[in-house]
Amino acid sequence: MRDQVKPGAIIDGYSVGECIHQGGTGCIFRVEAPADVDSAFPLAMKVPRLGRGEATIGIEGFETEQTILPTLSGPHVPRFVATGDVTATPYIIMEWIDGRSLADVIASAPLPPEEVARIGAALADAVHSVHEQEVVHLDLKPENFLLRPSGEAVLLDFGFAHHARYPDLLGEEKQFAAGSAAYVSPEQLQNNRSDSRSDLFALGVLLYELATGRQPFGEPETLAGMRDRLWREPAPPRAVNARVPPWLQEIILRCLEQDSSARYQSAAHIALDLRHPEQVALSARSERTDVPGFRRHFMRWWRARREGDRRAPLRDGFGARAVTILVAVDTEHLDDERHSPLQWATRQIVSLSPEYRLMCVSVIRSAPVGEGVTELETATGKHLQHKMRLRHWVEPLKLLPSRVSLHVVEATNAADTLLDLARSNHVDLIVLGAPGASKKKLGWWRSAASTVTANAPCSVLVVRVPERPPGARTNPI
Amino acid sequence: MLTALLSDIHGNLEALNACLSHARGRGAERFAFLGDLVGYGADARGVVEVVTRYAAEGAVVLKGNHDEAVEVSGGYFNDAARAAIEWARKTLTDEQRRFLAALPLVVRQGEICYAHASAAAPERWNYIDSPSAARRCVDAAQVVYTFCGHVHDQVLYFEGALGRMKEFRPVVGTPIPVQGHRRWVTIVGSVGQPRDRDPAAAYALFDLARRQVTFCRVAYDAGAAADKIRQAGLPGSLAARVELGI
Repeated sequence: MRDQVKPGAIIDGYSVGECIHQGGTGCIFRVEAPADVDSAFPLAMKVPRLGRGEATIGIEGFETEQTILPTLSGPHVPRFVATGDVTATPYIIMEWIDGRSLADVIASAPLPPEEVARIGAALADAVHSVHEQEVVHLDLKPENFLLRPSGEAVLLDFGFAHHARYPDLLGEEKQFAAGSAAYVSPEQLQNNRSDSRSDLFALGVLLYELATGRQPFGEPETLAGMRDRLWREPAPPRAVNARVPPWLQEIILRCLEQDSSARYQSAAHIALDLRHPEQVALSARSERTDVPGFRRHFMRWWRARREGDRRAPLRDGFGARAVTILVAVDTEHLDDERHSPLQWATRQIVSLSPEYRLMCVSVIRSAPVGEGVTELETATGKHLQHKMRLRHWVEPLKLLPSRVSLHVVEATNAADTLLDLARSNHVDLIVLGAPGASKKKLGWWRSAASTVTANAPCSVLVVRVPERPPGARTNPI
Repeated sequence: MLTALLSDIHGNLEALNACLSHARGRGAERFAFLGDLVGYGADARGVVEVVTRYAAEGAVVLKGNHDEAVEVSGGYFNDAARAAIEWARKTLTDEQRRFLAALPLVVRQGEICYAHASAAAPERWNYIDSPSAARRCVDAAQVVYTFCGHVHDQVLYFEGALGRMKEFRPVVGTPIPVQGHRRWVTIVGSVGQPRDRDPAAAYALFDLARRQVTFCRVAYDAGAAADKIRQAGLPGSLAARVELGI
């Protein structure tokens, strides 16, 4: 017997308040925790709409969310609290998020490029956090993002999602492969529900919308209409809104690549580029301003038709991870003997996969504050000089420009600066030098390497100059 | 209450002991042995001795096709398998042979059904190697949870949207939620002779209260089990299979 969930009812001790949102798949109510439970945050109850005449995604979608939400944590998802038996009283109680819907933000698009980058990076952070927890959302759309007053984005509704370690209840059924018409990726239309890069395509659609106020593929109503995106190229954002800068177009169109292997391979890399526009490597994508003509479209359609579903099976999106590596380079002491082993170690790591990105960071001492215009110019000049040294340092690694970014930061505390950069850019590995031979004993405890190793949010590789037997030549080369 | 599900032990006492101690370490209090206690391996006697002890304490024990072949030769065995069954026949005590001969093919307990090969026509030893074979099994079992062995891989079949059966390849060590309103067929893997190029022994844990299935792999001294096979004068290919997991 199914209990009636309505305002005023008490369900498993939770008192149901007003219905805040009534959607296609269910309702969201405000709820109060039982008197004996002290909830540290406000609560919401999601009640699926199940039963005869309702979309069949109902029960599987509810069960999917009921399974996946409790496994997720962090600031980018609502905290899971409790759930009711799907056969008795199905509901999920979760944290009530105070935030603005991305749908409201998009209503005022086009936004200035800096705004698009700021919001876009927050969305990418949220998507990355979910991907790191082995979940693909598969239904990213404005209604499923809330922006907290702090600027952080929160992802909602995991009824369509896929967890890499759990059976996919919605898998292989054609009608459930696709998410929402405007945002669904080409591979989802081909019934692939396990590629995390599908979410990066949807993120591209959202960025496009934020930057231009339009949807790149419209909002088709039929499956055939959606399948257009298997071959159709969207109009370049700069053709729609001339204020879109080349770097932003580069990012958006790279997300929207039809072939998922040509897209970004990680939401962290999208966030990294959106936060450092000056570091975005521009390709032919950034230049396009023409709306593709009939001939170009016809050729793409023909190719897609010929390739059809014979296209190579898509990689399981969780297999190989695209990681970000941060290497700390001391550009103030260029003759330091640690440069060579540091360079060697970095080269070994980035050669493991063409999808690994490298952030080269140099922390230089702050220029004196409160000096005149000439001093400021000197500071800028110093900054540029160190950037050139960084470029020179990474040059021998022969990496594509799109894989490297250079960061010169003025700060007094190198360790804190490196840790901040690692945190805000989802860095997976920090590579840095051990204190020099002269400081081996006492110096370690005061070194940047020890502070970074102790507090890093990720793995740290501390590179040391190998000890040589006494009497050996100091320079082996 | 946590139940350990162990199948296709195949006379490998080292692997069996490793799995039992792993399961007890995880808090398993109930045990179900899903058949093929003997065959392939050299220590049929040691394995049956351990399983008999668990049976006396209430464990479920089923008959597999290799156990059946000790009494009634199956025509479909290859030479190596037949040699191992001959060896089992020679080394088992009369009492142990009577124990094997008396084992049931299927056991049902409330929401659960255990079978060695499939709950559908269990005496025919059909493999559950496809969603449609899993469908025939759940239709015959008529319960929520069916546990089988026989196929040496670890697979979870489940009723997806629209009621169709689907196949899921589990990740070892992850508790998988298995809700009670859909049907599940768990193929628990082989304790004594895994065939996925990983020699580690395979079994599964089932938590009925939490409705979770966890697939496990346990490293053990496969070399010792292989040495016993060689010392018994059984075909060297059987020893190699245990060592390499093929």
